[in-house]
Amino acid sequence: MIYQDSKTLLAVRGLHATVNGIEILKGMDLTVKSGEVHAIMGPNGSGKSTFAKVLAGHPAYEVTGGEVRFEGGNLLELKPEARARAGVFLGFQYPIEIPGVANSQFLRLAYNTVQAGRGKDELDPLEFDDFVREKMKLLEMNPDFLDRSVNEGFSGGEKKRNEILQMALLEPKLAILDETDSGLDIDALRIVAGGVNQLAHKDNAVVLVTHYQRLLDYIVPDYVHVMESGRIVKTGGKELALELEARGYDWVGAEVKANARLAT
Amino acid sequence: MNTVSTTRYLDSLLQGQPPAGPLAWLNQLRAHAVDRVGTLSVPTTRDEDWRFTDISPLTRQSFQPVQDAAPLAPAVLDQWAIPEAAARLVFVDGRYAPEHSFNRAGITVGNLAASLNQHGAAVQAQLGQHLAIERNAFAALNTAFLHDGALVILPRDLALAAPVHLLYIATREHAASYPRCLVIAESGSAATVIEDYVALQDDAYFTNAVTEMALAANAAVHHVRVQRDGAAAFHIANCAVSLAHASRYHSVSVALGARISRHNLNVRLTAEGAECSVDGLALIGGAQLADSHTLIDHAMPQGTSRQLHKCIVDGAARAVFNGNIMVRPGAQRTDSAQSSRNLLLSGKARVDTKPQLEIFADDVKCAHGATVGQLDIDEVFYLKSRGLSDTAARNLLTYAFGAEVIERIPVASLRNRLEQAVLARTQTAETGAARTA
Repeated sequence: MIYQDSKTLLAVRGLHATVNGIEILKGMDLTVKSGEVHAIMGPNGSGKSTFAKVLAGHPAYEVTGGEVRFEGGNLLELKPEARARAGVFLGFQYPIEIPGVANSQFLRLAYNTVQAGRGKDELDPLEFDDFVREKMKLLEMNPDFLDRSVNEGFSGGEKKRNEILQMALLEPKLAILDETDSGLDIDALRIVAGGVNQLAHKDNAVVLVTHYQRLLDYIVPDYVHVMESGRIVKTGGKELALELEARGYDWVGAEVKANARLAT
Repeated sequence: MNTVSTTRYLDSLLQGQPPAGPLAWLNQLRAHAVDRVGTLSVPTTRDEDWRFTDISPLTRQSFQPVQDAAPLAPAVLDQWAIPEAAARLVFVDGRYAPEHSFNRAGITVGNLAASLNQHGAAVQAQLGQHLAIERNAFAALNTAFLHDGALVILPRDLALAAPVHLLYIATREHAASYPRCLVIAESGSAATVIEDYVALQDDAYFTNAVTEMALAANAAVHHVRVQRDGAAAFHIANCAVSLAHASRYHSVSVALGARISRHNLNVRLTAEGAECSVDGLALIGGAQLADSHTLIDHAMPQGTSRQLHKCIVDGAARAVFNGNIMVRPGAQRTDSAQSSRNLLLSGKARVDTKPQLEIFADDVKCAHGATVGQLDIDEVFYLKSRGLSDTAARNLLTYAFGAEVIERIPVASLRNRLEQAVLARTQTAETGAARTA
């Protein structure tokens, strides 16, 4: 939701990034204020997921230009773990399976590490168990998930719920959810979206990276951005997503080209 | 010239042989083994089976069996106690230690020498029948010394819920020990047997073990093997398992110790519908070498085998895995899957892995794969994106890599203790760089 007195959480200016020497982000600009929900849409290969990973600090991506400020500080100077502790959260498109580590162990380690990094109290296993079970209700998750290995043998929907559970535990200021809707059936989508909606409030912000409009029926964005060739080429309200759903992405590109011709 | 000296080395080992016993068949078994030792030599890296494992450091030291058992204070054993155990047999430097052993299982769990009067016929029918010694110098050597050992007889249709713990403690420098174990699982029986090799010292000694297991129809045995020998030890082990109709054998072997260790495990599915899982973990560092050779021999139809073998190698250590899956003619509808996964933690660490499929039947399902590498960049990133430092993320993933095998041990106290051991071995300290992040 757009608030009058909100402060700027994320300011991306002219961001360029490469992977394996190939430039994927080519001048990305985005401003996200507290309380807002942004959707970044765009065709495959437009750079949406790269943008999400660059914000979280994935080592395979090299930033070659531009700046990213998070709460006024230089986000790009921080290691991935420091970004997490500072309040940046990436919900993975493909969450990693870690056989041999119980989900409860992983969740508590992540929670306590981030708590300690923020100067807050850590929880012992018993306290954490109560705490996490309460959060799991938000996502209608079976407590059995605590005893299983992290994401191992989880269905697509279960993995995504586990991602949002981590978001609930880590209480980020900026949550970037990368294709959280992919691989979800309609019931799982409703549950995951419901969880995100309950976690969103006026002091944090959510950036949804998605290919389809479907998710936006459940999590209503304040802004919809269209990415193409490594930058945002169009920004609108939630109705833009419906237009994209009806007309596809091609017309946006054509419009951009036409505007570019007029400008020269 | 090399052959001459290594032959002499085996002769030098033979010198400590115990005298002949009262049982003619046992003396015959031993005499035959002595003959075989006389014709064999210590394998070298020119032998295909020992290509990656240079055992020559063994031959530069001399080892003799101890003649008198060293007394141990009972409290010394507490560190290896398995509270769940229904029975425990303790061998100190290869000699049976009745004062530390107990049997509350209500079945035959005892030392071989004392059990031969009562169970002579059953033992004679099985002992030395499952493991071929003709071309195996170490197995022949063990058999040449055969006069005692561990005997477990699981009576028909009896399921023993609590495990049997066989504890082998090394206390003396330059001691040679020849542990021998025979497990006879009668039809429909079930149990968990733990072979546990530990040490009270870090000087060189030589353990040369042989284990045979015979599972009758529908029997089920969980076999846990923990090798946590001293840092300078030489550990050679040969294990042969025969599976009858619809029997189930589940093995988890963990190698943590010894300077050089070699474990041969042969599982033969001799009748239809037998099933086995053969899992292993080697966690080594420094200048250690751990070699595991397994053969899963599908001799009859409708057998199932699963194998997960993992190595975590640090320092300048070297791990070897040779996993042979044999599917003999007629062993139709065999279902086999094998996976060798290896994690190298340093630039000098090395692993040689050789999964081998030999299939002589046409209606089978066999899958195998091997990976060698370092921690996955995406896995590390996932954990770091949740706030964990680089070191914490790597430690957790390394631990998890080993824990996946440890988790399969069906004895909680041992599992927990080994998880702690893996944790202790896989955790590196936070570096300054990681802390300032």
